[in-house]
Amino acid sequence: MSSPLLHATVCCYAFECSSFLTNPITYGYMDGFDSAVQCVTVLYWVCDPQMIARGKNASDLFPAVVKNVACKNIEVKKLVYVYLVRYAEEQQDLALLSISTFQRGLKDPNQLIRASALRVLSSIRVTIIVPIMMLAIKEAASDMSPYVRKTAAHAIPKLYSLDPEQKDCLIEVIEKLLADKTTLVAGSVVMAFEEVCPERIDLIHKNYRKLCNLLIDVEEWGQVVIINMLTRYARTQFLNPNMNEDKEEKEKKKTEATAIVKRKPYVMDPDHRLLLRNTKPLLQSRNAAVVMAVAQLYFHLAPKAEVGVIAKALVRLMRSHSEVQYVVLQNVATMSIKRRGMFEPYLKSFYIRSTDPTQIKVLKLEVLTNLANETNISTILREFQTYIKSNDKDFVAATIQAIGRCATNIGEVRDTCLNGLVQLLSNRDELVVAESVVVIKKLLQMQPEQHSDIIKHMAKLTDNIQVPMARASILWLIGEYCEHVPKIAPDVLRKMAKTFTNEEDIVKLQIINLAAKLYLTNSKQTKLLTQYVLNLAKYDQNYDIRDRARFIRQLIVPTDKSGALSKYAKKLFLALKPAPVLESPFKDRDHFQLGSLSHLLNAKAGGYQVLPDWPEAAPDPSVRNVEVKESVRAVETVTARDRGPLGPSSGEDVKKSEKKSKPRIGSSESESEEDDDSESESSESEEEESEEESEEETKKKKKVGNERLENTRTTDIHTHTHSERRNTHILNCDSQPNTIASVQVFDTICKPAWLYMQFLLNPPLPVSVPQTIIPSGNLKTYELLHRITGEGLSVEYCFSRQPFSPDPHMVAVKIQFTNSATSEAKSLHVEDAKLQSGMRIKEFPEIEVLPAGETISVVMGIDFSCSLMFFVSIQPPVGELMMPIFMTENEFKKEQGEHRNQCMEIKQYGPHFDCHAVVQRVTTAANLSRVPCGSDKECRFAGKTVTSGSLVLVSVVTKEDGAAQLTVNCEKMVIGTMLVKDIHQALTQ
Amino acid sequence: MINSLFLINPSGEIFLEKHWKSVVSRSVCDYFLEAKEKALEPEDVPPVIHTPHHYLISIYRDKLFFLSVIQTEVPPLFVIEFLHRVAEMIQDYFGECSETVVKDHMVMVYELLEEMLDNGFPLATESNVLKEMIRPPTILRSVVNTLTGTSNVGDTLLTGQLSTIPWRRAGVRYTNNEAYFDVVEEIDAILDQSGTTVFAEIQGVVEACVKLSGMPDLTLSFMNPRLLDDVSFHPCVRYKLWESERVLSFIPPDGNFTLMTYHVNAQNLVAIPVYVKQSISFFECGSDGRLDVTVGPKQTMGKTVEGVMVTVHLPKTILSINLTATQGSYTYDNGTKVTTLWDIGKLNPQKLPNLRGSLSLQAGAPKPEENPSLNIDLKIQQLAISGLKVNRLDMFGEKYKPFKGVKYITKAGKFQVRT
Repeated sequence: MSSPLLHATVCCYAFECSSFLTNPITYGYMDGFDSAVQCVTVLYWVCDPQMIARGKNASDLFPAVVKNVACKNIEVKKLVYVYLVRYAEEQQDLALLSISTFQRGLKDPNQLIRASALRVLSSIRVTIIVPIMMLAIKEAASDMSPYVRKTAAHAIPKLYSLDPEQKDCLIEVIEKLLADKTTLVAGSVVMAFEEVCPERIDLIHKNYRKLCNLLIDVEEWGQVVIINMLTRYARTQFLNPNMNEDKEEKEKKKTEATAIVKRKPYVMDPDHRLLLRNTKPLLQSRNAAVVMAVAQLYFHLAPKAEVGVIAKALVRLMRSHSEVQYVVLQNVATMSIKRRGMFEPYLKSFYIRSTDPTQIKVLKLEVLTNLANETNISTILREFQTYIKSNDKDFVAATIQAIGRCATNIGEVRDTCLNGLVQLLSNRDELVVAESVVVIKKLLQMQPEQHSDIIKHMAKLTDNIQVPMARASILWLIGEYCEHVPKIAPDVLRKMAKTFTNEEDIVKLQIINLAAKLYLTNSKQTKLLTQYVLNLAKYDQNYDIRDRARFIRQLIVPTDKSGALSKYAKKLFLALKPAPVLESPFKDRDHFQLGSLSHLLNAKAGGYQVLPDWPEAAPDPSVRNVEVKESVRAVETVTARDRGPLGPSSGEDVKKSEKKSKPRIGSSESESEEDDDSESESSESEEEESEEESEEETKKKKKVGNERLENTRTTDIHTHTHSERRNTHILNCDSQPNTIASVQVFDTICKPAWLYMQFLLNPPLPVSVPQTIIPSGNLKTYELLHRITGEGLSVEYCFSRQPFSPDPHMVAVKIQFTNSATSEAKSLHVEDAKLQSGMRIKEFPEIEVLPAGETISVVMGIDFSCSLMFFVSIQPPVGELMMPIFMTENEFKKEQGEHRNQCMEIKQYGPHFDCHAVVQRVTTAANLSRVPCGSDKECRFAGKTVTSGSLVLVSVVTKEDGAAQLTVNCEKMVIGTMLVKDIHQALTQ
Repeated sequence: MINSLFLINPSGEIFLEKHWKSVVSRSVCDYFLEAKEKALEPEDVPPVIHTPHHYLISIYRDKLFFLSVIQTEVPPLFVIEFLHRVAEMIQDYFGECSETVVKDHMVMVYELLEEMLDNGFPLATESNVLKEMIRPPTILRSVVNTLTGTSNVGDTLLTGQLSTIPWRRAGVRYTNNEAYFDVVEEIDAILDQSGTTVFAEIQGVVEACVKLSGMPDLTLSFMNPRLLDDVSFHPCVRYKLWESERVLSFIPPDGNFTLMTYHVNAQNLVAIPVYVKQSISFFECGSDGRLDVTVGPKQTMGKTVEGVMVTVHLPKTILSINLTATQGSYTYDNGTKVTTLWDIGKLNPQKLPNLRGSLSLQAGAPKPEENPSLNIDLKIQQLAISGLKVNRLDMFGEKYKPFKGVKYITKAGKFQVRT
């Protein structure tokens, strides 16, 4: 462990954590350490775990750790990646420091390094790098290595979750990658499709057959995603294979005649067949998720006769881990309601073992109940008898419920079941008895006449049984069927009246109920008892009971004022009640796509895509055709995208047609290689593939080139060599040298840069004299050290915009010290400014004494080429990293033309701008000079960055409708992006 | 897809967390811990829990909970299957999957998890690919690493992910080329009180240990493939050849892997190798009962039955037991579940092992309703109870002659006797 991490250790030394390391490093267990720290594997071994446990946040070490991003040692590097991705969100500015490393990695000749750079870059959740990510993804999507393209597909959902506004651009990339014909990419891109634009089902048409054919060779996880997506696709594009049978069922109920007239023979679409045929072998997958995915596909899409094949595979999954069993059983329970015959041969596989977890037992019971029919019910009931003896009482209760359901569904066994349940009434366990009572109550409702003896038996139980629900059920039964047991009923009421005050609320309500019913049927015997019960209820603590008593008294006891309703009291209370229908909780769950989380929860989960119903008439199957002729193809693609019957009209503008040329190229790529090489088992060698690819790329390039002849130097593009190909790739319409410059955007990253200064204060005394510092003129000041933290000394800085005379490559920073303390501050100087290489500082001369209440200003020069953060920081806004240059209008236009496509942003502003205000605001935000121009609608500014001298051009055009357009041209993309942000903010304030 | 992973030990302490997207506070686990408190047994915790903002999908394995946090719709089996892969990977790398092992190899576990998922979507789950990236620890290597400062992370760039056979690493070299196949069959059965078979089936698995150089292309054929009713394969097996010719043709991964699992046609009667005579009774009055269990060989095809073990799940009201075994020893565990484990060992047909004695219940406890069920464990070497036999193994694509071997074992799976 020691040596590779020594590197990291050193970086911590460089930081301020000497206190960490004065303790010997202990490799103990890290019980109870802070959660934030858990991810920081780098620091586990470097820092004393106990320090971290004391609440030291690992993100403090961010700069020190991130510095190692370029480290040679792969393990340290990987750990730094883990750390970086984990904390980048909290330390956005610092995370930017690492970007240049990844940008360099994106250009590496080794495909694995390119892929890993893209992977980490896209995992950094910092909004400011969105354009960089977008560019990187676009580029990687047309990389010659399928592995890099796979990584690009992985990056798409990451970028989408970071900035959903990029959706349109991302869909273009997805469209391109969908056309990819390698198995490596297929799964990942469909995943991206599902996360970004699952509604764009039209993108699938052209790739449908290819996806079906590739499926068996895609890795397992990709298979799951593709199969689920194709299920949805098929539901929108094909006809219901069972429609004739379904119709038959419906029509049988109606008239027979119409059925014959309208019968149309169903012919399955060959593409539908293709899907079913190609997914079937995957039922043999070792991965339960794949098997489940195929099973749900067959359940939702296959003709009834073919669905049976999935049963065997699903039963096999029951051998797997209990969690897998749990999910599979849920789905089997739903399926077994609709297609019972399918699982009947496997009935015994659902038998319950005493060692199964309760939730599995209950689900198996559910399946067994669903599978019960006249032929197998006796076997099932025998099994149930065993289960009733179980020690697991929840399970016993569920079994009793199941028996009840079997009894209601299958008439023949109703009496047997009822007898069995009545026997259970003498069970010692109260829960069992209670559950039986509830179920018996439901069963009796179906045919009460024959079972007065059971009711009598249950009436006796009231003496012993204590479970409220069961007591209530018995009372309800006696009340409901009091005419069948005329002798017992009043006696029961007498007993209950005695114990009324000690009963539970539901029981009390049923006692009142019973009393009311008896009063209506047998008022001679029960009048007094009823009065008594109602009186007790009148003073009950529960308002529901008081309320019920009042209501019933009004209804049944005739008084002189009694309303019209009391006439109907008998009808109200003794109406014939319909028997309850005992249904499976899994009924109708199949409107959720099986195998999905939503199905499991029986509630729509976030991001769930509804499984559409079959269309009435099949959509045009020719959209899936992949044709060869170019002219036809162009029109085809457009139809597919617009879903309209006709191609684009001739009057389409240039921009639109250019946009559409892209997907066309994508599909042409897949067509030319349509020969099904996925079938061949032999492994393709990498070189072969890449050569093939690059050839394709060049072909493609040619086409792009021809189309964009005006902007592109096509001569470069026809070459085959690697490096040139890459370059032309990045920026389609730029000249070579600029391209290379743009690649290195972050090598000279300018914002943010930091400085370290330590001030010696003597003697420090806390005071609170409020004093404001008025910034000189237009300059914005930034706080370096607050008065309170500095114990009286406050430091502010501003960018004076004067050239720094000792060194023209430095930015002048004016630092203003204010001593608001009561004593004087001595010896103010910069001490040991620890600077990164490439960054330089010209210190200001030491200030010996700063008397109390005085303010002093000094100027120092800093070359912010690249740097690292320390205690206090000077953060220059991007606008200060440039200096104004003078240009004529013509020069400006010329330069602008050359840099056109490098960084351009268009934003709309409010209507309230005049030229003067714009000039003022822009110059405040950035150190630029105005370029004279004739029109007052347009303001132009020019400047160059101080360190590298790259040109920065800004123009603000005010439009007729009061809106304005801001254009920034800068070959350093990051500076450009940030400048747009800053100026935009300045203008909209 | 998968947002975060938490590893939780049985006492509810979170000892590892890993996030693949934005960080999810570990307080989300409270919902899970609550459900865990409610459940009597760890197995009873529902695998899917719905919380206001997240869905928690968990598995319980090797006395650890693997809890994943999901934010949007995803097939639950996808996540469950992946979590099992994580557990298998830890087992594969470190020999066992336990809290101690994970804590000891925290850094490596993190590295593995980082490679297995990208943004919540599985990236590299093949053991061969992972081992190429991150080398598993060995004692020798850890000593060497300490001395020389090299690390476990492979610095060669891996090629496995790039090839069309992602399960096999490139450039494998062995001095002894060998390929071993274990045909393991498990009998799942439920026998009722009288010894009649309620339900029985055979599940088999072919485990392979292949250490062959280069890119061997193997073909394995069976004498009687018709026996196999339902099969599932490792992705390396060419399904089409199985469909047409009933042979297993594949380029194997390097090392240990499961080649196929199968189910033997349920129409064939399953031979039950042992019989169990038992009588467990509790007296109506007084608070004790009697237990008498005898195990004997039945259809063993002339082989000896070894490793016989009988587990009796007794009711919770049992206070103590007093038993004598004629063979082997028994242990009694009075924890959350009251179980008696009787380790018999080899079955001797001449002298049948017997366990008998008395049980005493807690004073005043009612007579238990259900008699305890018995779980049987056994092993028969050199026999596949279904009669499946490997015919031959051929190798193409490489010149050398490999050493080949096949072993058959029959075990009891979920073998339960109701009483």
